[in-house]
Amino acid sequence: MTRININPRRCKHCGICIAFCPKEVFGADYRGAPVVERAEKCTACGLCVMRCPDFALEVGEKGK
Amino acid sequence: MPALSWREYLDEKMLPHLWCPGCGNGIALGALTRALAELQLPRNKVVVVTGIGCWGKADDYLATSALHGTHGRALAFATGVKAARPELTVIVLMGDGDGATIGGNHLIHAARRNIDLTAVVLNNQNYGMTGGQVSATTPVDAVTSTTRYGNPERDFDLCRLVDAAGANYVARGTVYHVPQLDRLIRDGITKKGFSFIEVISPCPTHFGRRNKLGSAVEMMKALKTRAVNVNSPAAKTGELPAGAFLIGKLADRDDPDFTARYAAVQQKAQAKGGFSS
Amino acid sequence: MNIANRSKDKNESTVDRGSKETRRLFLQGNEAIAEGAIAAGARFYAGYPITPSSEIAEACAEKLPAVGGVYIQMEDELGSIAAVIGASLTGVKAFTATSGPGFSLMQENLGVAILGEVPCVVVNVQRSGPSTGLATRPAQADVMQARWGRHGDQHLIVLSPATVQECFDLTVTAFNLAERFRAPVILLADEIVAHMRENVTLPDPAQIKIVNRKKPACPPEEYLPFKPDPDGVPPLADYGSEYIFHVTSSMHGERGYSQNDPANAGAKIKRLFTKLDNHLDEILLVKHHYNPADELDLLIVTFGCTTRPARAAALRTPNLKAGVLQLVTLWPFPDAFIAEAAQKARAVLVPELNLGQVIREVQRVVGKEKPVFGLHKSNGLGFLPAEISARIEEVANQCLR
Repeated sequence: MTRININPRRCKHCGICIAFCPKEVFGADYRGAPVVERAEKCTACGLCVMRCPDFALEVGEKGK
Repeated sequence: MPALSWREYLDEKMLPHLWCPGCGNGIALGALTRALAELQLPRNKVVVVTGIGCWGKADDYLATSALHGTHGRALAFATGVKAARPELTVIVLMGDGDGATIGGNHLIHAARRNIDLTAVVLNNQNYGMTGGQVSATTPVDAVTSTTRYGNPERDFDLCRLVDAAGANYVARGTVYHVPQLDRLIRDGITKKGFSFIEVISPCPTHFGRRNKLGSAVEMMKALKTRAVNVNSPAAKTGELPAGAFLIGKLADRDDPDFTARYAAVQQKAQAKGGFSS
Repeated sequence: MNIANRSKDKNESTVDRGSKETRRLFLQGNEAIAEGAIAAGARFYAGYPITPSSEIAEACAEKLPAVGGVYIQMEDELGSIAAVIGASLTGVKAFTATSGPGFSLMQENLGVAILGEVPCVVVNVQRSGPSTGLATRPAQADVMQARWGRHGDQHLIVLSPATVQECFDLTVTAFNLAERFRAPVILLADEIVAHMRENVTLPDPAQIKIVNRKKPACPPEEYLPFKPDPDGVPPLADYGSEYIFHVTSSMHGERGYSQNDPANAGAKIKRLFTKLDNHLDEILLVKHHYNPADELDLLIVTFGCTTRPARAAALRTPNLKAGVLQLVTLWPFPDAFIAEAAQKARAVLVPELNLGQVIREVQRVVGKEKPVFGLHKSNGLGFLPAEISARIEEVANQCLR
């Protein structure tokens, strides 16, 4: 299963990752912040990382 | 030497950045760092020159050398860097206010001079940093903090302007179409001569709110809907729906750049010992 | 240098085929400025043509590419000074030249050079204003603009040549001071000096004292581009070297990144002053055109093109001992030299081609102890010695006889 990290210190809850994930991996918490709900569907395409305006997402990378 | 990842071009200790939720600046910055990583440019051989505005703060988050100048003049600062040291990769980050409104004269002259800079103009259609005032790329009739009754002026088509001024490379992308944006920036950096990449990007805080364009997500969806790839059949027929704009490489030529032409000047001058008569 | 020395040699043509020895040439002030810049090591010029400074651009366009340098004509003066700053940060000595309207346009980016501590030279060949003004007659009305023309607290060095020889010599000095203090230096010439032709001596390049900016010696990861050495001046790396660094027009910390902390801002702005004011012995230049040990009836304080007619007038004063003190450094203002000279004089006269700029500073220094008189002219014409003589006569009748 692909590892998906959300950095809460950077995330500004814009909702872009939630809206545009082709596999609908993310859901939202009560504040609109993304939560990984369907990690098993992630194909590690990386689009969420590229479209995250806040450098808050890491997918399948070794943690830095 | 191990390959540099795109994150190594970022100065991550400066994050989180100052941009608003849903602002496209961070996406464009990511595209730039991925382009730099793909080219594996040594960080000390890259100078990023910025002007004033939201996008002009981008250098704070980059781990290359940088020069943050005055409003509208980034291209002129960059021209000095490049003309003095042609071996450096010089990338110029400007918003639409900075690059096309107050700095429009430098933009056309950099293109005419065909100096080997890569200008990434982030167009969010208004002055974001100062509260959402009208710029030279605000569409006619749009509402901004200084056009409460609608913009009486027309907007520039920046790509046509820079193409007409003679740039070797002109492209337009959006922060929705990220893999393509990475490639457009990468190819612009590689291209000799003046490269211009216009990045269409949402400003949900000001432009979106005043023009009732919805959330950042809604504005991103609009980019997806409105952008037409220049190589698509629709683009080829020239029949685009209202509000559509072309994305992709819009001009690509190989005229000699300023560095090449000036090297010839230096050779002539040296042959004559510094006396033209 | 002896500025009174007139060559008895036959004039050489300006065409000199690369002799490495001392050359005596018949040059225009603007040409001498271009020669001085190249002799000082300048290899980059960005500018926009404007009378009466354009000959500097023309000379650079011809000579810089021959020595491996770059001349670039920018789209305006805002861009010119910006390109000079960009070039200087790559380690290349860079300069521009302009006149009144263009100098006004350069003010904002001169602020970048001051705050960003970027060595560069800006030549302003003063002409009559305001605005397009009496194009392009002489004036000396940019003295205060040169010092105060930009917004914000700041300090900088301004030098003023009075002869074609000084155009050459002081351009070299301007680059040396810019490099020494990591700061912009303004060479405040005027139309008369810039367009005058006279014999000049260009020293053997090997004999010219050249100062180059201090480079960092620390490991690249430790380099802080705005951390001053004990002398107040931070070492400056070159873009493209192993040192990666940021320079910004925003208030910044030692790392060169924007910073809004008031304590940092206060210390930085103060250092922009102290890095110059703590080294006045290296910066302040004056010329006594009399024996400074002498007691004077009248001290005449001049700069630039007023110096020659004032010296002629001083020689013609009957029954009165007058001496000319020429200010070479205009800013920081040479207070100590003026105070010392005024001590030995009964009165002071300040002739200048404006309606009262340097005289305000002289009055500030001299105070109420001695009377300070002005001779001011702002009609696009220079002074004749007779005009200064007439004013000396008035002053003498008023308080010296």
